[in-house]
Amino acid sequence: MPESTTETTGVDIELIDVVKRYPGQKRAAVESLSLHIPAGEIVMFVGPSGCGKTTSLKMINRLIEPTSGTIRIGGEEVGRQHDDDLRRRIGYVIQGGSLFPHMTVTQNIALVPGLLGWDRRRTAERVDELLELVGLDPARYRNRYPRELSGGQQQRVGVARGLAADPPVILMDEPFGAVDPITRQRLQDELLSIQEELRKTIVCVTHDFDEAVKLGDRILILTEGAKIAQYDVPEAILANPADRFVADFVGAGAALKQLTLSRVSEIELGRRTVGEIGAKAADVLRAAQAADDDCIVVLDAKRRPVNWLWTRDLLDLDRIPAPRDDTDLVTIDRRATLNDALDLMLVSSHGSAVVTGRRDEYLGVVDFQAVLTRIQETHDEHNPTPEVVA
Amino acid sequence: MWDYITERHAQLLYQSYQHLSLVIQCVLLATVLAVALAVFVHRNPRVVALAGGVSAIGLTIPSFALLGLLIPIAGIGTATSVIAVTFYATLPILRNAVVGLAGVDNSLIESARGMGMGAIRTLLRIELPLAWPVILAGVRVSAQMSMGIAAIAAYVLGPGLGSFIFTGLTQIGGANALNSALVGTLGVVLLALVLDALLLLAGRLTTSRGIRA
Repeated sequence: MPESTTETTGVDIELIDVVKRYPGQKRAAVESLSLHIPAGEIVMFVGPSGCGKTTSLKMINRLIEPTSGTIRIGGEEVGRQHDDDLRRRIGYVIQGGSLFPHMTVTQNIALVPGLLGWDRRRTAERVDELLELVGLDPARYRNRYPRELSGGQQQRVGVARGLAADPPVILMDEPFGAVDPITRQRLQDELLSIQEELRKTIVCVTHDFDEAVKLGDRILILTEGAKIAQYDVPEAILANPADRFVADFVGAGAALKQLTLSRVSEIELGRRTVGEIGAKAADVLRAAQAADDDCIVVLDAKRRPVNWLWTRDLLDLDRIPAPRDDTDLVTIDRRATLNDALDLMLVSSHGSAVVTGRRDEYLGVVDFQAVLTRIQETHDEHNPTPEVVA
Repeated sequence: MWDYITERHAQLLYQSYQHLSLVIQCVLLATVLAVALAVFVHRNPRVVALAGGVSAIGLTIPSFALLGLLIPIAGIGTATSVIAVTFYATLPILRNAVVGLAGVDNSLIESARGMGMGAIRTLLRIELPLAWPVILAGVRVSAQMSMGIAAIAAYVLGPGLGSFIFTGLTQIGGANALNSALVGTLGVVLLALVLDALLLLAGRLTTSRGIRA
């Protein structure tokens, strides 16, 4: 689970035997859904269209009234609360931001604080704070109307509006469905960094499995009638799909998708002989031969990697030279994803990348074998015992 | 004709005022009625279609005929004119209000409800402001039409410039018959233009910059 960098401000959500049946329909839209959503996590609801994921989401804030069952938010049963009061304490963000076109950015964001009776100054301060948080300059944007904003900006304001009254729980319905892929990726990254700061409980519906993997601390995969196909952390779902349906839904390249979940820092880094610029070549060569390395990493005075050298080249040298400009050394930050690492390795002639830590200091090297081992490990972690699935 | 106007300018001004006052009050009443009605029906697609039909058929009823039908019920005088003018004034506003309210994006309404706005608050703060430009277009059509209907309503001795027109018509061939009818007619046209300008201004002042065309 995510390490808390700050205090969790979210609360947990519990669904117990929740059923939604529409009159005149044979099958229930949601057949007895039971689910626990831990506080401070992002849980992604995914599934094919018509599987009841949106219905399930909307029952949490009672936009859709469950036919039976219990939903508790932070231990309080939602059915016993006045629906408007309940909703004012739950953020709600839907596709495209759904801003009210006749209201300015400020008026849109200030709506829920207004309903809760905040005074003017507190609300104004909150609006500016939120605009900063979502990366919009308050002075420039606060008095604009939605039509004067780009799609991505509208969606940002939509998120700010959902966060306005600092609700512990935020519900999102396909929040980034209406923007182009590049903007979507940026909005997703921003949401993750906002979440790192706020640690709300976020329930998010999407049809995009990749989005679920990227954003979700947990993923809930639903089939028709909102039956749970699998509910687990993304690593586990990717490594070990519960059944054929989930496997199909995960789609091709599950192992590759897993690469975006792991960081270089999780890998045991390989060691290479290192030599500082100006060190005696003969000494370094001896060390390399002892370690059975066929090349060495050249570091500068601050231990930053600057070059690769083949050991055979060391034979003709007296001291380790400063690198020429066209060095083929590739470095990668330890926080990068394995996906990025593989990408870099493919372009490097050495089939490995040098990993750097704080202030670009040398940490070690990563190669294909290390990445493959990591994938294998993740796979094993989530496959403790092979299960037979009906 | 100029002499005719200067001689009777006091009466003319008074009747113009009466005419404008009748139309404005009837249109106001019609707006309230139509919007209230639209609020009730706009969620039901079948009733929406029905409202459109009724509105279209209602407008084909000759105003003279309606006045005739009303006399036995409401008698002769202001009451009958008010009823007749309001009836016609309501129809275009009703049609536009229904279209305007039905045209408000459902996701916006759901968003409002999801944020904890009640049904009435959602109506007042989201639906009506968004439908307002369309409703107002209906009000303008209605105001223009009511100007003419109000003139005919003078037949049942209602107030307004219609009295000049009917006086002219009944005295055809008489000295001032043409002047009388002409002055009445031009007065109505002039008032209609003034009222439309006022409504246009009111529209600019009451429509959010965010949805202004």
